[in-house]
Amino acid sequence: MRDLLLAGNLLHPLEIDVLSCNTWGMYGNDFPADDTAGGLLGEVEAAEMALRAAAERGRHGSAGADPAAYFAEVVAADQKVEPRDWMPEAYRATLIRQIAQHAHSEIIGMQPEGNWITRAPSLKRKAILLAKVQDEAGHGLYLYAAAETLGVSRDELVDLLLAGRQKYSSIFNYPTLSWADMGTIGWLVDGAAIVNQVPLCRCSYGPYARAMIRICKEESFHQRQGYEILHTLAHGTPAQREMAQDSVNRWWYPSLAMFGPPDTDSTHSAQSMAWKIKRFSNDELRQRFVDMCVGQAEVLGLTLPDPALRWNDERGAYDFTQPDYAELMRVIKGAGPCNRQRMEHRRRAHREGAWVRAAAAAYAAKQANKKEPAKQKEKVA
Amino acid sequence: MTAHAEQTAQAVPGAVQAVPEAGTDRFDFVLGLADDALVAAQRLAQWCTHGPEMEEDIALANIALDQLGAARLLLTYAGELEGAGRDEDALAYRRDDREFRNCLLVELPNGDFALTMAKLLFLAAYQVPLYTVLASCGDERLAEIGAKARKESAYHLDHASLWVRRLGDGTDESHRRMQAAVDEVWPYTHELLAPDPTAPIDPATLRVDFDSVVSGVLAEATLTVPETAWKPDGGRSGVHTEHLSYLLAELQVLHRAHPGASW
Repeated sequence: MRDLLLAGNLLHPLEIDVLSCNTWGMYGNDFPADDTAGGLLGEVEAAEMALRAAAERGRHGSAGADPAAYFAEVVAADQKVEPRDWMPEAYRATLIRQIAQHAHSEIIGMQPEGNWITRAPSLKRKAILLAKVQDEAGHGLYLYAAAETLGVSRDELVDLLLAGRQKYSSIFNYPTLSWADMGTIGWLVDGAAIVNQVPLCRCSYGPYARAMIRICKEESFHQRQGYEILHTLAHGTPAQREMAQDSVNRWWYPSLAMFGPPDTDSTHSAQSMAWKIKRFSNDELRQRFVDMCVGQAEVLGLTLPDPALRWNDERGAYDFTQPDYAELMRVIKGAGPCNRQRMEHRRRAHREGAWVRAAAAAYAAKQANKKEPAKQKEKVA
Repeated sequence: MTAHAEQTAQAVPGAVQAVPEAGTDRFDFVLGLADDALVAAQRLAQWCTHGPEMEEDIALANIALDQLGAARLLLTYAGELEGAGRDEDALAYRRDDREFRNCLLVELPNGDFALTMAKLLFLAAYQVPLYTVLASCGDERLAEIGAKARKESAYHLDHASLWVRRLGDGTDESHRRMQAAVDEVWPYTHELLAPDPTAPIDPATLRVDFDSVVSGVLAEATLTVPETAWKPDGGRSGVHTEHLSYLLAELQVLHRAHPGASW
């Protein structure tokens, strides 16, 4: 991890233009050991520095008689809104929805990768994958804790997930059919997640911004691991190579769909941008992701399954085929290949663990009771 | 516990060095420890995403990672002792169940959470004094591995003990399940501690530590040790339960489908 951060800093100064599609090739990195996120890690570091600088500057004044005006001022000055501050109810609700969805995604997202832990083809890969899935559980808990600062409990949010009333990222409704999917999920799915999440490191809500800084650093490590798996497969036996290409073919468009519907159809974007919860539009982030992936795919020696993919000099970006948004909507609504399986898996774990959680609560109550009489005796004395 | 383990440790360096043909005996011994850890890791990893609460998913994955880490060090060392050019993956992926030397306890299916915790309690209560003895034995490599692994095992023991107490002294249902789990798994503990004076460390010397830790935890958990004369064994000589072959089929399937490939 430390090596990775170092590599990121050395190779990519903080202000690097992440839209540059050539970031990867420019350094002649035909080996998998560099910052595959194309300098995004540098952006995370910059966001962390900005966060510290803002904290040192301190916020001017206090809420006083007009908390709404003060809130607007804090957001405008790129300061952070903290849990104790007044905030518009819609801002609070938007954040709860977004952070909870993110937390749910981490928890549900453990399943497709968990699917290969017991079959990992080497002990080293098994250890890395196990650690990665464990990280995801940690991210989930961390995000639920961030959501709890907004006045909602983790239990409530988990109930909403289990009842199907809150969503998780649709990408996890696709199956992991081969070991190569462990590589592709790291490279494309974690890669897309990072592109989505790096701007959130500058989100106006303090606890979320701080959580995202930490999570993005770990995610970039995951992305690199995935890229390395694919690199090994793509340079392995013909069967391994075929496994890698098949995997990229299956995950490319669902990964593009991770950025959400096109800007013209996105319902939450405008207000979130004004509140500085969201900083770039879905389409801007999707373009950034495509531009980042093209060079990396070349280094891998794998083909992105889009015959229309080509550099557009005028736009300074790649033209590409949009994902099938009708499919995205179908999967969001529950008709993806694994929606039912993922939810049933989560519900079953929750249901089968109920007696364990009840036992832990009963035991804790008994222990508290044992201490209670002792305390009362002390009081009497 | 530690005091006794350290006493035992004093006696061990001589014992280790006294084995004249160190090769085979020590290879079998190290392989047994390695396979215990590897098979335990595989079983614990099967819990991932199935835990009763999210914190437990993290804890079980953590313990699985510790066991896997110990397994890799031990397998690598076993391969070197054997001197036939087998690395950790060759030993993990290309042996059949009859060549595995793990105890039967670790290969038993996970069952419910109580059964998993009973297995973990007994395994950790065995591994803590074992690794403690290894940490000061005359074999430098084993001493290094023991020193690292005993700290991890102490955490596993702590975690399992906590849960066995919670479940044993929790609700009626959890008590019933925890007692059933202890009843089911207890007979398999005999194999862990079966005397083997020719081994670099005679497992029987760990019995005192094991009994004192386990009886303490079970008593606090309001659980009892079942009375039974059944003492299943065979794992150390490669005669396993029917479960191991399935476990290995899953563990090895992908590796074996691509002979000679690197991952």
